[in-house]
Amino acid sequence: MRAPLSWLRELVAIPADQSGRDVAAKLIAAGLEVETVESVGAGVDGPLLVGLVLEVEELTEFKKPIRWCQVDVGAAAGGVHGIICGARNFVAGDLVVVALPGTVLPGGFEITARSTYGKVSDGMICSERELALGDNHDGIMVLPADSAKPGDDAAPVVGVGDEVLDIAITPDRGYALSMRGIARETAIAYGVDFVDPGVALADLPAPLPDRAPQECGSEDPTGCDLFTMRTIVGFDPAAPSPLWMQRRLVACGMRPVSLAVDVTNYVMIELGQPLHAFDLDKLQGPIRAARAADGAAFETLDHVKRILSSDDLVIRDDRGPIGLAGTMGGLETEIDDTTTNIALEAAHFASEVVARMSRRHKLSSEASRRFERGVDRDLAPYASARCAALLLEFGGGHYVGMTAVESPSVEHVISMDVAEPGDVAGMVIEAGAVVAALEGVGCTVDVTGDELAVTAPSWRPDLTDPADLVEEVVRLVGYDLLPSTLPTAPLGGGLTHAQRLRRRVGMALAARGLVEVLSYPFVGDGELDALLLADDDVRRSGPRLANPLSEEQPYLRATLLPGLLAAARRNAGRGNVDLAIFEIGSIFAGAVASSAPPRPSVANRPTDEEWAGLNDLLPQQPVSLAAVFAGTREPQGWWVRPGRPRGRMPSRRPAPSHRCAASRSRSSLDGTPRSIRAAVPRYCSTAASSPSPANCIRGSSSPSAYPPALRPSRSISRRSSTLPRRSCRPRPSGPSRSRRRTSPWWWMPPCR
Amino acid sequence: MSGPNTSFDPKQVASLDAAAIDEMVAAAQADIAGAADLAQLKEARLAHAGDRSPLALANREIGALPPAAKAEAGKRVGQARNVVKSALEERQAALEIERDERALVEETVDVTVPTDRNPLGARHPLTTLMERVADVFVSMGYDIVEGPEVEAEWVNFDALNVPPDHPARTMQDTFFVESADSGVVLRTQTSPMQIRALLERDLPVYVIAPGRVFRTDELDATHTPVFHQIEGLAVDKGITMADLRGTLDHFAAAMFGDGIHTRMRPSYFPFTEPSAEVDLECFVCRGESVGNPERPCRTCGSEGWIEWGGCGMVNPRVLSAVGIDPNIYRGFAFGMGVERTLMFRNGVSDMRDMVEGDVRFSLAFGLEG
Repeated sequence: MRAPLSWLRELVAIPADQSGRDVAAKLIAAGLEVETVESVGAGVDGPLLVGLVLEVEELTEFKKPIRWCQVDVGAAAGGVHGIICGARNFVAGDLVVVALPGTVLPGGFEITARSTYGKVSDGMICSERELALGDNHDGIMVLPADSAKPGDDAAPVVGVGDEVLDIAITPDRGYALSMRGIARETAIAYGVDFVDPGVALADLPAPLPDRAPQECGSEDPTGCDLFTMRTIVGFDPAAPSPLWMQRRLVACGMRPVSLAVDVTNYVMIELGQPLHAFDLDKLQGPIRAARAADGAAFETLDHVKRILSSDDLVIRDDRGPIGLAGTMGGLETEIDDTTTNIALEAAHFASEVVARMSRRHKLSSEASRRFERGVDRDLAPYASARCAALLLEFGGGHYVGMTAVESPSVEHVISMDVAEPGDVAGMVIEAGAVVAALEGVGCTVDVTGDELAVTAPSWRPDLTDPADLVEEVVRLVGYDLLPSTLPTAPLGGGLTHAQRLRRRVGMALAARGLVEVLSYPFVGDGELDALLLADDDVRRSGPRLANPLSEEQPYLRATLLPGLLAAARRNAGRGNVDLAIFEIGSIFAGAVASSAPPRPSVANRPTDEEWAGLNDLLPQQPVSLAAVFAGTREPQGWWVRPGRPRGRMPSRRPAPSHRCAASRSRSSLDGTPRSIRAAVPRYCSTAASSPSPANCIRGSSSPSAYPPALRPSRSISRRSSTLPRRSCRPRPSGPSRSRRRTSPWWWMPPCR
Repeated sequence: MSGPNTSFDPKQVASLDAAAIDEMVAAAQADIAGAADLAQLKEARLAHAGDRSPLALANREIGALPPAAKAEAGKRVGQARNVVKSALEERQAALEIERDERALVEETVDVTVPTDRNPLGARHPLTTLMERVADVFVSMGYDIVEGPEVEAEWVNFDALNVPPDHPARTMQDTFFVESADSGVVLRTQTSPMQIRALLERDLPVYVIAPGRVFRTDELDATHTPVFHQIEGLAVDKGITMADLRGTLDHFAAAMFGDGIHTRMRPSYFPFTEPSAEVDLECFVCRGESVGNPERPCRTCGSEGWIEWGGCGMVNPRVLSAVGIDPNIYRGFAFGMGVERTLMFRNGVSDMRDMVEGDVRFSLAFGLEG
């Protein structure tokens, strides 16, 4: 939600010395997360004036058409200036925005009087983009006639100098998706009075006596408990929306379209009530909210054909659906540039209905975002009155009247002990402060002794429990005032055996030269095939994701190897070919079969059977260990002598020749770099002393890695001088201490 | 009774003969000059300046000379001994210098010679960071709990007060395990561990739950579909928001240094009410960069605070869902992104470094992070 500061100031008396950042700080403390504060037209330095184009002379002798304009910028600024302009979207008599010499535009662009195209251009007529107001550079800005006088300061007219607060609204604060809601929070934060624009009915002319307004209804009182419809006829479709409204819409991130669309959007931003305007002449019969027929097709405003389900709540007339309730209107009844008669819908839809529909159709709109978070239950008639008044004011026409249906709303009274907020906060909050905070957000509070009976306002459907009220009170008192105390936990048990063991295993491996990696648990058939796993191998039993990031890796891993090998490949690709890496992580085995998962009530503790049923849904998820070794045991470096770990110093020496030879002697199966291929062949699994079945791969010295002639001679000879030659696998269960001191446990001599 | 020394012996002692003394000195000088090292010089010293050396013996014999000869002989022997002594000292000094120089050459330490044939490996910095966090809380009496990464939807959402059509479900883009209505998801947060801990443990519950979570974000510099969170939960009688704040302050100080504290901003999470975002006081500039363009801070972007995680009082609805009476017990919960913590704590600017498995990244952190 983007909130222009100038608009906010119109609704709340913010002290004049407060900048956008000051207001932002206040709102953040109150729980509205202001992400950025933008300055509109930042970089404009110097006056911008409103100019009246008196005369336009076309200069045709140049490559592109150029205009030589006489612009009156008022007597104070020197009267008429001659200005060269390349845009063609204006005529004599238009009001334009002029930057005179001396003014600096965004990007450090200083305007000077200079000769160009054979004339001296004494200023510049500005486009939106040149003032950093928007991306529009199709032509210069033409102000509506009579919106200003020549010589007026153009900055406030076009919004330069305003600030816009961009606020991330949490799902519980639907009311803050409106200027009305943000203004309320601002007023509370500054402790100033707030006049709610959402409870005053706009003045409308008396309805035409001889015409009946459009009929409306609701066939689903739970999905739609309030439906109002106002009718306007004789509206001028060509009437433009006023500049200030367009400016505000642009500042709020919307694109001005036409008066009817702009006004509905404007009122939605102002009050928070989504509205929809239908072309009255395209309607057939009464409009009503109803559940859709299964399989019905219908095209929305975004030109997408949608297949409806019986769970969808639609707006329909006699022919069928003409809109997705609270989400998007239909193409067929859209207002266009010939629409003169308008039916204006303002309704209240249940948030979960709109949420479900918006999710099913993958269609999120400004309207659905508001309904999902909860729109003020009582707002519709006020918002539509405001909307109709604006339409009549700027588009002319006659008001025909309103029809409405409403199911009675139930008032929910929350009772709370007056001490509760203080108890939860861990500080004393006086009863008066509690009541004041609750009344500040709009609640009605009845005090009976220590007991409060609180009725939430219609715009706060999120306030249902005492805990919600506690939050309101504590956040308005200020989280900053909370004391800082430490609870006393009972004696803990420390780490469990498995936790301790896992740490020790990780530590021991790292101390032995292995590097831990954490890879993604997603695998695909290609990687499993490369491991030469049989089709029924248990390592192929990872469950499949319904919405994987990549269709090439749709499974959860049942072995850690693919991720480790991918990490090895990545390292090898970056020149780290001598590797020892490991991972300790969950693997997943077993299908997820249930088609009707248990959904216990959340009102009570699930029974033991329900809890067991939920856990039975899950696949086996043991923690597993795997390692991959590749390349020479002792990494090479420029200092020639082996032994220094790679990575502490950049290696500048190419891989020793024996490895290159080895790679040439083998074919590449899957494009895996040579030294990694060597790691693949052996796989064994042990469950020795690890907390769960552990996988390990040993491959740095596998028989096929190096033909005897190409065996890395240096490390072999060094090793054989200190170690008796060991026979081939299986390795002895307990190598002697002296051996371990001179050689890592994973080092195995090649088979000969 | 004593009398004058009348035991006059006119016999001349041969060894006090001038020529004999010169010979002794020459022999001594030859031996001293010929000593190749300090050990040989020591032998020469014993031979020519020791108690049994010819010059020492000659000196002893002076007493047997007639008084008239004593003076001359004494002078001669004394000079000879001095010559030998100074020759010894000279040679001693020369040999010591020679020895020292040789030692410097022979015993040179080549600091570039690698000595460790087993290069040290490294654990992943995320692992060590999670362990470090867990240890802070273990020392406060918390237990570490772990749970499944593939989780029942009911535990991940419903029990945490996120009903099926709640917009909060779409806040967290969820991986579903096939089929889409299987009721099984990859957990989107570590918060389901709250439910498991409360269902499976006895009250009061003080636990910390580090773990891996999943959301359908594409990998970029600040997002990854697989990341880690660390969740804390305390449910006990009389737990307050002040306790939450104190715990976070203690945690911040333990991780980032004494005096670093936290700030809470009102926010929204379905499973906590009241809820708050936790900001950490910038541990680099401690707020001094705010409004001070002379000393900008890259860690906090000169904001003075770093967004750290979320927290709040456990929503009574969550307690009800696990059968705990919210009128008797209250609790607080908090959660932080481990990747994010590592990023600002260690100045890692790109999240991709943590997931690619490049050994050079982890090696820089070593065994303890």
